[in-house]
Amino acid sequence: MPLTDMHIMIGGEAGQGLVTIGRLLSKAFTRMGWHILVTQDYMSRIRGGHNTFSVRVGTEAPLAPRQEIDLLVALNRETVELHRKDMGPGGILLADSGFAPAGDGVISVPFEDLGPRKMENTVALGVIGDLVDIDAEVLRRLIRETFQRKHPEVIDENLATLSAALAWARGIRPAAWDGLSRPMEHEGKRMMLDGNEAVALGALSAGCRFCAFYPMTPSTSIPLTLIAHGDAMGVVVEQAEDEIAAINMAIGASFSGAPSMVATSGGGFALMTEGVSLAGMTETPVVIVVAQRPGPATGLPTRTEQADLEFVLHAGHGEFPRAVFAPGDPITCHDLTVCAFHIAERYQGPVFLLTDQYLADSLRDVSLLDASNADPVVSGAKEADVSTPYRRFAFTDSGVSPRLLPGKGSHLVVADSDEHTEDGHITEDLEVRTKMVEKRLRKLRGILSEVVPPVYEGEERPDLLFVAWGSTEGAVREAAFHLRREGRSVATLVFHQVWPLDPSRFLSRLEAAGEVVAVEGNATGQFARLIRRETGFAIKKLVLRYDGLPFTARYILSRI
Amino acid sequence: MVTVSDFGNYETAWCPGCGNFPILDAVKQALVLCDLAPRDVLFVSGIGQAAKAPHYLNANVFNGLHGRAIPVATGAKLANPDLAVIAESGDGCMYGEGGNHFLAAIRRNPDITVLVHDNRVYGLTKGQASPTSPDGLVTKAQPNGPLSSSFNPVALAVLMGAGFVARGFAGMQEHLAGIVAEAIRHKGLSLVDILQPCVSFNKVNTYAWYQERCRVLPGDYDPADKDLALRTAMTFGDEIPIGIICRRTDRPPLEDRIPALAPGPLVGRPLDREALQGVYENYL
Ligand SMILES: Cc1ncc(C[n+]2csc(CCOP(=O)(O)OP(=O)(O)O)c2C)c(N)n1
Ligand code: SF4
Repeated sequence: MPLTDMHIMIGGEAGQGLVTIGRLLSKAFTRMGWHILVTQDYMSRIRGGHNTFSVRVGTEAPLAPRQEIDLLVALNRETVELHRKDMGPGGILLADSGFAPAGDGVISVPFEDLGPRKMENTVALGVIGDLVDIDAEVLRRLIRETFQRKHPEVIDENLATLSAALAWARGIRPAAWDGLSRPMEHEGKRMMLDGNEAVALGALSAGCRFCAFYPMTPSTSIPLTLIAHGDAMGVVVEQAEDEIAAINMAIGASFSGAPSMVATSGGGFALMTEGVSLAGMTETPVVIVVAQRPGPATGLPTRTEQADLEFVLHAGHGEFPRAVFAPGDPITCHDLTVCAFHIAERYQGPVFLLTDQYLADSLRDVSLLDASNADPVVSGAKEADVSTPYRRFAFTDSGVSPRLLPGKGSHLVVADSDEHTEDGHITEDLEVRTKMVEKRLRKLRGILSEVVPPVYEGEERPDLLFVAWGSTEGAVREAAFHLRREGRSVATLVFHQVWPLDPSRFLSRLEAAGEVVAVEGNATGQFARLIRRETGFAIKKLVLRYDGLPFTARYILSRI
Repeated sequence: MVTVSDFGNYETAWCPGCGNFPILDAVKQALVLCDLAPRDVLFVSGIGQAAKAPHYLNANVFNGLHGRAIPVATGAKLANPDLAVIAESGDGCMYGEGGNHFLAAIRRNPDITVLVHDNRVYGLTKGQASPTSPDGLVTKAQPNGPLSSSFNPVALAVLMGAGFVARGFAGMQEHLAGIVAEAIRHKGLSLVDILQPCVSFNKVNTYAWYQERCRVLPGDYDPADKDLALRTAMTFGDEIPIGIICRRTDRPPLEDRIPALAPGPLVGRPLDREALQGVYENYL
């Protein structure tokens, strides 16, 4: 029977064009209507090293990566050595005849005969394409689109190589291999986005006008995506001299009236923390994306982890309100980025998006976004809404004071990192100080009233409840799905906003479950600790992962 | 017509006799010379005694963190190039804590004016050495004088190709006002390093010490001559040349080199939904 859920892994060295074929293949699946989830495992270097590109493809949307491989494509010997053990029953190994091992399910590909050396990835694409029944026309169109702009001269040669590979593959298809089930028909077109691209597109649709950054994996493709569309969309993106400059530039741009963001990872964020506090004190909106990778210090630059939750919650000296969103897939990356810009503008301060390498780099298919639904932020208040004399930090019930933009009206706008009076000037009047602290903190009530509640899935009083946040969502939901199929009573509670927390939205769920298990990508159970601090509810069982790899359902199931 | 009184008169937290007072007055005069009204100007400062200056006049103000005036000023200018943006702070703030931003800004060349009240000490934290402290200056923190040699920001800026570099003196207020006005008018980054006596913590570089040494550059001085500018910038001893040391207009400012800014300021621009849909289609 054809598979409804297949895991294809392509392995090779950096520089072998792994990502190019991986992306082409994923796009072909997307265009044909399959659902995909792509994960990449790469080493922190430009050439050499062992890298893999994994596509999980199915007729239903795959929730998480899977360890078991159905089709392993080895562009180098190491791929065979490292990953053959993960092949499932009936799986196929495609390898160059130079190093293909003997055995069942091995297809030895004479790469050299099918095309020039530098087009071995096109050969691989053709052979895979045939094995999974992708329309040859879809592949041809993708090759044309891919090379059109930069290398139109190689299109014909690549198309010829593709045809040779397709023809060869048709002849050697193993009898036991049933391929992939046909996808369902979809309404409308589908895009392919990774988490970082989705954040960048979310920012564009929210009216982001300014981004400053200092390159740091795995966050860099966010500014790169903004740069690619910056001229068309009217966005200025500047590579700053360091992360301190980046956040201060963003605060300056935002003060002037441009919705602004920064993107970084743990180490760079450490440098930004004084700026976070500045945004809190000067009540300047700024969206801060922290794409986590394993620490401490430089850690594992190209792997994943969820160990910066407590850091982001507490970063910045002094007390001021903040919101922290934790998306779980590209679509929530997009939607919560939009949300982050609005919350930052409405409550005038730092708002975080806490993602990670797995999410940043993992591609999925999503419905084509519709720009007529875009909801851009409007920066600043209207001059008609303020009283004269204008006080930038006027004491209000909500704690939110109308924010005018400098040079955009007749009033002067004054902000200070020192404690300040209502009109923004430096003060050491301790009565004013006390009232200002209270005014700033009152904004948290508004943020709390708009909190994104956690998503609960499952029966009302389950024997087992999984609690997850951010990108761990998919693996937890898949683990629950397997357990339910075995007849177990299981539910999931997934948080997409991890600060502030409103216990009235979830505490009863924790109390109603037989056993609660927190699943987190860190070594100490930071979110479970946060829940205990905020609600008193102690989650006793933790499933943790901190080897730099994303969760899989199997990883979770083997630990409960 | 803008007048000095438009910028108000406020009580300050400075020591009587401090060089900051004439600098504040010169800056107000310069704004009048440039016909800039308070609402057209944004001052961005850091932290220190000098950094308080923008609180003592009427204008838009962002008083940020110690060392970080320049990046905030750069961001503010990029978002709204219509604003006249002036970054104003002390030597510790601009050259010490903010040293990396100072170097980067010269290379980046945003159209901002950088005014440095150079008292050659950390005033607010009570007299420690700053990057520009003279060799041998004894302080509580440097009882044998600074262990690092003195930094010459003017020479560095000239060497790095800054388009407008000037040295002013708080004791020559009218002259200083003229320089600051020219600095504001310059398209691109302009630096005015202002020699500022600190009557409380720097007993070496006093008003009298500077008055003996400061010489206004002659009328035929050519600030476009880079070699001459460098030699002039390096002259700091028995004689200290005062004035516009270097002025070149061969490097367009940052804002002019960014295509996204060509249609005008970023502030208030409506979302282009058609362009956004086009962006989405790239991902099909
Ligand atoms: C991050 C940080 N470090 C240290 C300080 C303490 N501090 C405040 S002002 C200052 C130095 C001030 O010297 P300068 O910039 O030359 O200004 P002045 O007071 O002399 O005008 C220092 C070290 C601070 N506010 N923030
Ligand atoms: S300490 Fe020095 S620089 Fe600061 S106000 Fe007093 S005299 Fe001026």
